[in-house]
Amino acid sequence: MTLANRITVFLLRLLALGASVAAIIIMVTSHDSAQVLGMTFEAKFSNTPTFKYFVGANILASAYSLIVLFFPTKKLLGRILLISDILMTLLLDSSISACLAIAQVGKKGNSHAGWLPICGQVPKFCDRVSGSLIAGFAAAILYFLLLLFSFHSVLNLYTLKA
Amino acid sequence: MAQEGNGQKPAVGENNNITKPMDYCKWVMPLLRLLAFGATISATLVMALNKQEKTFVVATIGTNTIQATVKAKFQHTPAFVFFVVANGLCSLHNLLMLASCFVGSKYDYKGLRFYVIGILDMIYVALVSGGATAAAFMGQLGRDGNSHARWNKICDNFDTFCSHGEGAIIASFIGLLLMIIITGINIIQLKKVQNSGNYAIIP
Repeated sequence: MTLANRITVFLLRLLALGASVAAIIIMVTSHDSAQVLGMTFEAKFSNTPTFKYFVGANILASAYSLIVLFFPTKKLLGRILLISDILMTLLLDSSISACLAIAQVGKKGNSHAGWLPICGQVPKFCDRVSGSLIAGFAAAILYFLLLLFSFHSVLNLYTLKA
Repeated sequence: MAQEGNGQKPAVGENNNITKPMDYCKWVMPLLRLLAFGATISATLVMALNKQEKTFVVATIGTNTIQATVKAKFQHTPAFVFFVVANGLCSLHNLLMLASCFVGSKYDYKGLRFYVIGILDMIYVALVSGGATAAAFMGQLGRDGNSHARWNKICDNFDTFCSHGEGAIIASFIGLLLMIIITGINIIQLKKVQNSGNYAIIP
């Protein structure tokens, strides 16, 4: 692996680590409460298993990135890292997709099931969750770019022998 | 005699022992494609034909009962719509790739088809994983409700709808696992083709 490749992988991994840590922090610190008809209506991220899954996937991905940040990518170790990179990308991709589905129900409601939207009552919670989802989406895209670049540098997959 | 690739028969000598492993290898990919096609098409069909009607008694006036009919369809939830679309596309893709397992080597340009098929498979892995997880979490919301957001559960009234949805999501997860295995095999095939420089070793 040349020096330029190693610096690029390091930078991409650092950016992806930053994005997933930002997603975790914003999601965990998001809570809001509202008074509706005399009842207190409290919204936290831990109310929904989907957001808990999102935070868990991002914690796993950022811990993995932190550990692997300084690993040299020679032959065998590089391939093992590639497999775990694929798993992390898949995990982040699925968690962001599930969160978007639940957040869409929270924002627009579902009239057929009798579910009212909650963003009107707890706007601060909704905004913070949206910000966290944007950071999680950026983390997923950065992991995907890292995966593509790893395919090129570790496996040398993009050459076409004539 | 020197051999160029792994699957080429030697010019002289016995053929039986060397071609037998390759005969098995030739059927692994079409079998996986067929299984993935079966999983995704069953997920699509079961979710797309998923609907249930239920009639509730709303009020009673004298001896007449006023009834209201509530329908549950998959189109009511965008997550299920995405699920149906993603699995439908993936099943169509698997059908085409199943055909290309047999006739693909004729329409090849210097081994480019391995790259295109590999990239397409990775795209479909991402799509199907997104669709399956979103539908799974929406199903969990429908089954358990969310007391903090005052969202009632719907599975106690629409049990057939819920159980059909569960089956479709399980089938989609099986299809996702198969697609991941297929993607891994594609990458291995690509490296084999690159190392040998011969594009005809994979049928």
